[in-house]
Amino acid sequence: MRIPVFAAVAALTVTPLQAETLVVLAPDYFGSSWGPGPAIKDGFEARCDCTLEFRTGDVLPRLMLDGSRLEADAVIGLNTDMTLRARETGLFAHHAQDLSVLTVPVAWEDDTFIPFNWGFTAWVYNNTLLDDAPSSFAELLEREDLNLVWQDPRSSGSGLALMLWVDQVFGEDAEAVWRNLAARTVTVTAGWSESYGMFTSGEANMVLSYTTSPAYHIVAEEDDSISAAIFDEGHYFMAEVAGVLANASNPDLARDFMAYILSEEFQSMIAFVNWSYPSALLREDWPAEMRDLPFPDTAIFLDEVEAEARRSAALDVWLEGMTR
Amino acid sequence: MSDPARQARALALLFGGLVAVWLVMLNFGALGAVAFRAEGLTALRNSDWAAVRFTLLQATLSAGLSVALAIPIARALARRQFFGRGLLITLMGAPFILPTLVAVLGLLAVFGRSGLVNQVFDMLGLSRFNIFGLHGVVLAHVFYNLPLATRILLQGWAGIPSERFRLAAVLGFSPRDTFRQLEAPMLRDLAPGAFLVIFLICLTSFSVALTMGGGPRATTVELAIFQAFRFDFDMGRAAMLALVQFGLCAVAGVIAWRVALPSSLGGGLDRPVQRFDLGGRGLRLRDAALIMAGAAFLLVPLAMVVLRGAPHVAALPPEVWQATGRSLIVALGATAATIAMTLALAHAVLALGGKRGAGLEWLGLAALAASPLVIGTGLFLLIRPLANPRDFALLVTMLVNAGMAMPFALRLILPDLRAELTTQGRLATALGLHGWARLRIVTLPRLRRPLGFAAGLTAALSMGDLGVIMLFAEREGATLPMQLYRLMNAYRQDDAAGAALVLLGASLALFVVFERWGRGRAGT
Repeated sequence: MRIPVFAAVAALTVTPLQAETLVVLAPDYFGSSWGPGPAIKDGFEARCDCTLEFRTGDVLPRLMLDGSRLEADAVIGLNTDMTLRARETGLFAHHAQDLSVLTVPVAWEDDTFIPFNWGFTAWVYNNTLLDDAPSSFAELLEREDLNLVWQDPRSSGSGLALMLWVDQVFGEDAEAVWRNLAARTVTVTAGWSESYGMFTSGEANMVLSYTTSPAYHIVAEEDDSISAAIFDEGHYFMAEVAGVLANASNPDLARDFMAYILSEEFQSMIAFVNWSYPSALLREDWPAEMRDLPFPDTAIFLDEVEAEARRSAALDVWLEGMTR
Repeated sequence: MSDPARQARALALLFGGLVAVWLVMLNFGALGAVAFRAEGLTALRNSDWAAVRFTLLQATLSAGLSVALAIPIARALARRQFFGRGLLITLMGAPFILPTLVAVLGLLAVFGRSGLVNQVFDMLGLSRFNIFGLHGVVLAHVFYNLPLATRILLQGWAGIPSERFRLAAVLGFSPRDTFRQLEAPMLRDLAPGAFLVIFLICLTSFSVALTMGGGPRATTVELAIFQAFRFDFDMGRAAMLALVQFGLCAVAGVIAWRVALPSSLGGGLDRPVQRFDLGGRGLRLRDAALIMAGAAFLLVPLAMVVLRGAPHVAALPPEVWQATGRSLIVALGATAATIAMTLALAHAVLALGGKRGAGLEWLGLAALAASPLVIGTGLFLLIRPLANPRDFALLVTMLVNAGMAMPFALRLILPDLRAELTTQGRLATALGLHGWARLRIVTLPRLRRPLGFAAGLTAALSMGDLGVIMLFAEREGATLPMQLYRLMNAYRQDDAAGAALVLLGASLALFVVFERWGRGRAGT
């Protein structure tokens, strides 16, 4: 009698064979229909026999505020300026992937975070309305005719990148730079989407975005009027990363997701779903529209320790310059 | 005194006492939790002091402009009779229950970079102006509070006995003399109170600064608390800012208390006394222009919300409807809590009487000076060691909303309850009516009108509130105002326009349903 009862119990607990669910914490834009979420979900679900659920919101605040109460398996969409703070929460496990396939332009040895795409921040403009875009940050500061829309470094990855970019290029003079920019700023938005939306509907001459943003307009809208201004001082490098959470209820599936991120399938798709450079694909294999975009001569890269070390002081300078 | 009477009194004191304890916990307990985490004034950055200065500056400007503009408009309304006057005065109550984000979207549609005014500027070859920053924040606050100020002052005009105007006419006063002799003294009494109420409201401004500030230059303390909490994860600084905010509110609150708040929100303003100082045609034209400008300032943004939103309501994503459902639950819960707490507190105030009753009443009104974000931060810090604060997002929002609506509800209900007690109290006692039976048979029917109005006000305020929820919830569990903010952030303008209209409709519907109920059998 024992065996059938045992079998019945086992059957009860096992037979409702629901497909497993992988819960991935991601920034807001992943969840929208035009964001990278849907394509990544389809791609991964086709090979995992599972359900991929993006839980979207502000990723870093959620990690910091929820801590060990966080219920998710993996995280995607943090960037290199935030990884130290994320790492220090102690919430992450090893990704267990071989990173030799990476093609990012910086040495990458990290057993916690995997870059899934990268790019350079840049001021983006409409070349039919502005035919003499500045060719350096210094020139931008002299162009009082241009009004700008950009993102708050406290709430946005691209805003943080701009803050560190200015810190690197201008050092001591950063506060004067912010005062200068503040005078021509239409608004500083919390996130990228609102800024970019305001720019595309003509509310500003230039928007803080990425060197790769024009590709979206070229490919998805067959519109080549959007360009990124390439600056002589160089552009700030930023990679977006993914990682596995230590208290994942499904760690194996989370690591499969990391493997998927490095797969050729994901890498050849990401350029056109997240409008950025692939992290594990040689440049000659990039889509032509992405490869042919103007590429900065100089990359400015701060590793996470350096970025974090500068952040607080740079933020003081930013606040000082913006509130004076 | 018979036993049931004593029992009823004890019950009133018990429930009122419980409410008082709860209010103390909410207003001061949360503050205690905050103070425990605060790191001292050195934790504050220069920008935080800039936020303090900005908060005071914008509140002063907003209150000053609202009152200054309200004086000529109220004066024009007071001495003119025209078709739709009553309706216009009723509509002037609307901004009070209008969700902030709806107002912001309406104002952006009119004054934004691609709004109506800038389009006209463009056609005239003038350069467009930028709405974001101090002037945007002040504009939104004036939009909100100009009608409130106008209504408060109109009451003042209505309170000037018609005999005086008659006398003034006999004495041959010009409009200017009338102003100096009759109207200016009234304004000296009322305007400071109106200024302080509006100053107090603007002191805790969060969502206006969040959406119209346009950067760190225009950050209120309330917004700085949110940013320290959310962006810097700096609980110590958030707590310190919360203490500063509490200090500001407490000082302003005490001053307002001393100056005596005008008993706002009263009705019966639509019957003007007969006026003889109507002046000539020039004055009539000027009054007409003033009234029309005031009405346009109020109505055009609202019309824009309706016009822009209507085509997009049908295609709204399901999250908006789910958020609407959540917000309705929060609003109804907050309403029930407010009414129950207000009734209990009001009974206790009257049962105690004297100084102690006044003290209890003061506690109920103190929430007027409380900052929702301070309370929210405190509750978050209290809950966090015990459970996941996210699980309490809606409950906390509901309770904080109830606390915020309480001063208004108390002010509406207490006078009628007091009147009920003096007029019906002895008879009811003689008949041996006490406790629940008395509440049901005598009190509630008499209080139906203020109860309905208070319930409508609470429901609408709670429906449109964006504040505490931003500390507690993520994408999941968003209320409708939060969902609307997210759509604005994602620059999904069509969806945002549709959601704004839904929010406007829901707030107005809640108000109208309760208020109608209140009027249903009033005075029986």
